[in-house]
Amino acid sequence: MDRVNAFARRVPVWAVWMLALVPLGLLILQAVTNNLGPDPVKTLERDLGDWGIKFLILCLAVTPLRRFAGLNLIKFRRALGLITFTYVALHLAVWVSLDLAFRWAEIGADLVKRPYIIVGMAGFVLMIPLAITSSNAAIRRLGGLNWRRLHKATYAVAVLGALHFVMISKVWWGDALLHAAILLLLLVLRLPFPQRKASLA
Amino acid sequence: MRPLNWSDVTPKSLFLNRRQLIAGAGAALLASPALAEYAKSKYSTDEAPNPLNEITSYNNYYEFGFDKADPARYASALTTDPWSVEIGGLVDKPGSYGLADILKGAPLEERIYRFRCVEAWSMVVPWVGFELSHLLNRVGVQSGAKYVAFETLMRPEEMPGQQTPALDWPYREGLRLDEAMHPLTILATGLYGEPMPNQNGAPIRLVVPWKYGFKSIKSIVKMSLVAEMPSTTWNMMQPNEYGFYANVNPTVDHPRWSQASERRVGAGLFAGREDTRMFNGYEAEVASLYKGMDLAVNY
Repeated sequence: MDRVNAFARRVPVWAVWMLALVPLGLLILQAVTNNLGPDPVKTLERDLGDWGIKFLILCLAVTPLRRFAGLNLIKFRRALGLITFTYVALHLAVWVSLDLAFRWAEIGADLVKRPYIIVGMAGFVLMIPLAITSSNAAIRRLGGLNWRRLHKATYAVAVLGALHFVMISKVWWGDALLHAAILLLLLVLRLPFPQRKASLA
Repeated sequence: MRPLNWSDVTPKSLFLNRRQLIAGAGAALLASPALAEYAKSKYSTDEAPNPLNEITSYNNYYEFGFDKADPARYASALTTDPWSVEIGGLVDKPGSYGLADILKGAPLEERIYRFRCVEAWSMVVPWVGFELSHLLNRVGVQSGAKYVAFETLMRPEEMPGQQTPALDWPYREGLRLDEAMHPLTILATGLYGEPMPNQNGAPIRLVVPWKYGFKSIKSIVKMSLVAEMPSTTWNMMQPNEYGFYANVNPTVDHPRWSQASERRVGAGLFAGREDTRMFNGYEAEVASLYKGMDLAVNY
């Protein structure tokens, strides 16, 4: 694991950004070449949201990976958070523009009447202060303790994101439940477990 | 160039009425495999149908999976020949009817219908089929019958979705008798002049164009004429979201999303939405069926 950590230390953060934007690049390429299927708007909207959830899972995996596997990826965590925010913001932008086509009356009605949209929007709004404060300068300004406290809101974002995904599903089966289960597990792994005692055998 | 499938190797006589073909169109049609000379119908919309590849690659058919691409991927495993439909309940001539028997003398027409899914997307589909009333009249509906109940095939070894507990299989749907007897209501056996592709509900499915798509049950193996409103799959699962009537209605929202507008499948990234029409544009033909009913209650 030390060698893996040593390798991870040498990987620049921008490389993670490049890698993380490959799915976005592919989606744009598919959109431009008309390869998103019969309903390109839905495919784009769903896939962007799906990548948002996947990167959120990666963000939340950093701490358990360090705790249980000794793998230190903390250096990439803020980038992963900003990548999550990027995909979620694009998901929302596609919903407003390509899907709802700026029909503000319908958008407004959805925002007050549809629980899954309210939940999703709450998650997005909660991400805004986290995204804004994801710079070294912001950490200095807030102080480490306050900053860490603020960024605990990620847990709420995870719950809202998982809920949003599950609530739009028509049946209790499939990807939404799987992603929700993973997010839940990653939250549970943060609970303070009692230290294991040395074996007496 | 589309891949070869069932329809390429199955004689059209299996789904078309051979006698009608010969009598109606004659040798010229038999010589031409294109079958362009379909009996047109006054009920067809003049809107342009979606191309075949869109109609066959974007399907909700949960028996084959929950992704819209799953039916195209897995439905080729479905055996549709032999096929029979058990017709029972309050009818004069109950029994198991083979598909060829059902199609014997059935007045096949092309019906180009608007299709509106409860998920707020729509298509235009050129079905080939015949009015359900033709079959119901043949088997003789008894006076006590008020509803028709339908069931899809239950065959988990060919339908992987049925190996999950996601829905209470087999899929069930139903219509009030007057809805079932309405001339717009058809049993469809083809698409674009070819036998019905498996992913679209081969070999025989219901099409009720003024209702949300989930009412148009696929791959039917059972029909019962009954006195009481039958249980229907989505209604059993989420009664507050999916009513028995499920008429397309822009003023009655699905609890989780608006039904005021829809996206036309195949229209592209920048097409936006169009307003959903009352009874999916068939208001003139069907509104009288629901006179005096509160459609917000009977959704």
